[in-house]
Amino acid sequence: MTATPLPRLPKSPTGIKGLDDVTLGGLPAGRPTLICGGPGCGKTLLATSFLVNGAAMFDEPGVFMSFEESSADLIQNVASLGYDLAALMAAKKLAMDFVRVERSEIEESGEYDLEGLFVRLGHAIQSIGAKRVVLDTLEVLFAGLGDTAILRSELRRLFAWLKQQNVSAIITAERGSGALTRFGLEEYVSDCVLLLDNRVDEQITTRRLRIVKYRGSAHGTNEYPFLIDTRGISVLPITSAGLAHGASGAVVSSGIPGLNQMLGAGGFYLGTSILVSGTAGTGKTSLASHFVESVCARGERCLYFAFEESPAQIVRNMRSIGLDLQPRVDAGLLRFEAARPSLFGLEMHLARMYREIEEFAPTAVVLDPISALRGDSGDVHSMLLRVIDLLKSRGITGFLTNLLAAEGRMDHADAGVSSLMDTWISLVQLESNGERNRGLYVLKSRGMNHSNQIREYQLTSQGVHLVDAYLGSGGVLTGSARITQEALDEATARRRQLDADRRRREVERKRAALERQINDMRTTLEAEEQEARQAAEHDAELERRFQAERSAMAVQRGSKLA
Amino acid sequence: MSVSIQESLEGGEPVEEGHYNLRLYVAGQTPKSILALANLKSICEQHLAGRYRIEVIDLLEYPQLAAGDQILAVPTLVRRLPEPLKRIIGNLSDKERVLVGLDLRPGAAK
Repeated sequence: MTATPLPRLPKSPTGIKGLDDVTLGGLPAGRPTLICGGPGCGKTLLATSFLVNGAAMFDEPGVFMSFEESSADLIQNVASLGYDLAALMAAKKLAMDFVRVERSEIEESGEYDLEGLFVRLGHAIQSIGAKRVVLDTLEVLFAGLGDTAILRSELRRLFAWLKQQNVSAIITAERGSGALTRFGLEEYVSDCVLLLDNRVDEQITTRRLRIVKYRGSAHGTNEYPFLIDTRGISVLPITSAGLAHGASGAVVSSGIPGLNQMLGAGGFYLGTSILVSGTAGTGKTSLASHFVESVCARGERCLYFAFEESPAQIVRNMRSIGLDLQPRVDAGLLRFEAARPSLFGLEMHLARMYREIEEFAPTAVVLDPISALRGDSGDVHSMLLRVIDLLKSRGITGFLTNLLAAEGRMDHADAGVSSLMDTWISLVQLESNGERNRGLYVLKSRGMNHSNQIREYQLTSQGVHLVDAYLGSGGVLTGSARITQEALDEATARRRQLDADRRRREVERKRAALERQINDMRTTLEAEEQEARQAAEHDAELERRFQAERSAMAVQRGSKLA
Repeated sequence: MSVSIQESLEGGEPVEEGHYNLRLYVAGQTPKSILALANLKSICEQHLAGRYRIEVIDLLEYPQLAAGDQILAVPTLVRRLPEPLKRIIGNLSDKERVLVGLDLRPGAAK
């Protein structure tokens, strides 16, 4: 076991977004790389980007030797990507040489070699001190020259010579049937081979790039979608290395106070993914807009991918619920990226999102709605997986909406992505008593307690408003049924109150009656007592009088007797 | 003065009708280039005596000239005059081909 790292293969960065990632640093420095692909795959553009970026970003001048297009044509063609070749040529950062090979103009007589080509290339390299070379497309030689045996031996010599010159070279070649290139150039260029592909699937084309081999270096082995537009080429590294993203305990508001209350943590966790699913007209976009508004209100950036509505339409519609997103757009906090899902394939959408996210560096991203993404359900799933991976790896909170086709039935997209989601809010239409009302419940929210209630919500001119739930003897009710039930409950309560009052009064009355009775009896008793007393007093009087009379009589009799 | 290392001037002034102005591009004194020049001279002497001019350009000395005449292979013989421009590559050992290439033998198919 050696402690010191082995010397790494030196690499020449392409400066193309994503390509340097999947090649782990760029193309092999000082060696030739073969780029093959069918017509219109972007071989020339990729090669041109390599030269232009080399000259502009890495101070490595380059030589472009074209066998197909004249210099003037080429300058014009790549101007659409924002490349100014003429300026680079004037600055001695770029040299161009157009090699015209026309079979009808050439007569062959006896042996020859391609030293002329070597001389031209060598001269161009020396004139600007080039470190990079592009040969586009060498195979034209096979059409222009008859003696393929000479050609093959000369090409072998050319690639060896390029290595000697220590230039990083790109050789482009047409894709052949059954082989990488039509004339088997891969035999000669064995250090690094890139394959470009432009596939049409259900009328949608997707460009893909694959590293067929890269001698002496690890590299990504997948097919990576790539994008060519006015900002050049960007390659999208498909998979993140693993599930290594951190988990934040910070909470971001959903923008709706009532919804925050339903979530145990008081909102969503930062950097998680939220899915809002519901049928048409349940207010998914409104919910998303509330979230957007709350993100922007904190002064953070939010990127909104709209697949069904134009930005102007969303802004206008959200004004009806009292949210004005336009100031956020003007302040540069909110950016809409609207594109019809059918405009590109899934991979292209993904590539575009990747680039936008890289560029705008938002803290929150909205995808509205993911159900608009067409394609095989497996493809959609893998794309969403990668979007979510991408968001999570950057700690971006993702807010996805999903349109359900029918109530109560989980869409394939729903079932597929639900496991990727940290929070899933379901919007349902509660239909009863001839009206539809909107209900919201939290299906899941990883890592926090959440309410199990179905809450009714209303889209008002002041935004989404969660109504306090009616939870009574009649079950959960919404809308006018809730109001009726509430009235009914009130009436019942009143009746009960009246009953109680009545009973209380009855008791009062009884008590009063009884007390009256008691009083009466007491009075009677007192009267009787008094009577008794008076009688007793009378008796005592009579006794006293009797005694007195007897004494008097005794005195009378005693005097006689005495 | 910028062009020639070996100039074989035979024949008259270039303005003459039917005058051949030929350039032979080589890269160093290789056996191929020496053979090509010898072959060319002998063909010219045989078919164009007195109405040709040969310039030999060594690309190792004048690499900047290679792009101008679209030189790819060496040796390359370029017929600059009479118009149109013709190119013949190789050591010119196939005499028939050279004659066809220089329009000295009409009709022969490639």
